[in-house]
Amino acid sequence: MKPPPVVYHGPDTVAEAVRLLAEHGAEAKVLAGGQSLVPMLNMRLTAPARLVDVNRLDELAYVRTDLHGVRVGALARHADVERATHAFEAIPLLRQAVRTVAHPTIRNRGTTVGSLVHADPCGEMPAVLALLDGEVTLRSERDGERIVAARDFFVGPMESACREDEIAVEAYFPRPRGRTGSDWREVSRRNGDYALCGVGTLVRVDEVGAVVGATAVYIAMGPVPQVVDVTEAVAGADIASGVAWAAAGQIAADRLEPEDDIHAGADYRRHLARVLTARSLQAAYEAVAP
Amino acid sequence: MSEQRHQVTVTVNGVTRRAEVPARRLLADFLRMDLRLTGTHLGCEHGVCGACTVLLDGVPVRSCLIFAVSVDGHAVTTVEGCCEPAGELGPVQQAFHECHGLQCGFCTPGFITTITAYLEENPKPTEEEAREAIGGNLCRCTGYQNIVAAVLRAAELKREREATP
Ligand SMILES: Cc1cc2nc3c(=O)[nH]c(=O)nc-3n(C[C@H](O)[C@H](O)[C@H](O)COP(=O)(O)OP(=O)(O)OC[C@H]3O[C@@H](n4cnc5c(N)ncnc54)[C@H](O)[C@@H]3O)c2cc1C
Ligand code: FES
Ligand code: FES
Repeated sequence: MKPPPVVYHGPDTVAEAVRLLAEHGAEAKVLAGGQSLVPMLNMRLTAPARLVDVNRLDELAYVRTDLHGVRVGALARHADVERATHAFEAIPLLRQAVRTVAHPTIRNRGTTVGSLVHADPCGEMPAVLALLDGEVTLRSERDGERIVAARDFFVGPMESACREDEIAVEAYFPRPRGRTGSDWREVSRRNGDYALCGVGTLVRVDEVGAVVGATAVYIAMGPVPQVVDVTEAVAGADIASGVAWAAAGQIAADRLEPEDDIHAGADYRRHLARVLTARSLQAAYEAVAP
Repeated sequence: MSEQRHQVTVTVNGVTRRAEVPARRLLADFLRMDLRLTGTHLGCEHGVCGACTVLLDGVPVRSCLIFAVSVDGHAVTTVEGCCEPAGELGPVQQAFHECHGLQCGFCTPGFITTITAYLEENPKPTEEEAREAIGGNLCRCTGYQNIVAAVLRAAELKREREATP
């Protein structure tokens, strides 16, 4: 179908975008990559009176890496995050995960910050932000800038803490501490589809290569990204046998409460979480093992 | 309410084109209805099938998920622009012809644009890479085997043509 009539604003600066949202927020939607919003408009699942298009805000088209982590501006496309070598070197998980977001053509247009605000429980990048304990910077005319931590940002399925008068200007992904390996993997019905279950892991080792910490995050397994600390199963354990990874998978499967839907049943999802967790932790460990 | 209209100027296949359109005009419909370039096809209108893929400043995007007003001032290449300068078949088009890479042809414009851009990035794909490159485009006729063959043949043709100016 075709989208409903709408009044279009194409601001050239963030200040102008913020002013437009202050005036029209209640009846306006921010248009970023449009890879989630435009399908909803085309299917007439939503009909905002106005669109505030942020595609001219070149000042927000950046991916920057420093000692502390990676900063992604609101106009950086998924493909920009994927290509940025400096970001990959600082946090390999960014590229590992973003590669599984849709198809390359969608990643050329869809923005990483847009997918955070969209807060799809199947979205990869919200989960990465949650696992790394990152944050999102929001700007409005009323409050100026406020920074919201990932754990407070994802409020529910398709619901983030970004208010209707706010624009999300930047996401910050902190570099994991110490010697940490990472991995992302998922199972989907077709290449490029949303995952039935996806898992991202971080495994931290000490100077001699012994595991000292492990965390995992899940998509499609609850209303918001689910972070599970599985350190108890793997710290100081005998890694070579693989038993510790399997035990960690069991902890995750026990703690998660996925739901049935037309794509997969809850039991199958829990099974996927258990198996993927074990494999993912092992791969993350091997990335930094001595 | 009478709909607000916007003047949109886009360079399409190297030619500057202008039209006045409502804000909700999708780029795909701008090309098809306002500019009468009907090579770009619309299948699903929600980003899944890939039939509407065009190149925006050289980069493949879904023209069903972009508003024409958003790309004012930019350059777009459609399947009509994937030919040689004098109008003969481009390497990807020629390869589809040779390899029988199409049957009904509905999906073909999206494949041609996607592959044209892909070969710029990776001029010598393996069969597996070729399969991956077309993973975002649906075809209900061919079963994909001949399209994969066409990607590999297009890469060959492109190299040959670039070697003999
Ligand atoms: C076929 C297909 C497959 C896909 N598969 C996946 C997948 O596997 N995994 C995945 O994670 N995603 C997937 N996506 C979605 C894609 O990642 C989108 O890019 C992303 O969800 C939204 O980003 P966007 O820039 O396109 O945002 P838009 O569609 O423009 O906006 C989405 C929502 O966020 C709001 N918004 C966006 N940016 C801002 C901002 N800066 N400030 C305030 N509000 C903002 C909008 O108002 C809107 O409500 C898929 C999309 C398609 C079409
Ligand atoms: S019509 Fe655009 S992807 Fe199907
Ligand atoms: S040739 Fe008919 S859909 Fe591809």
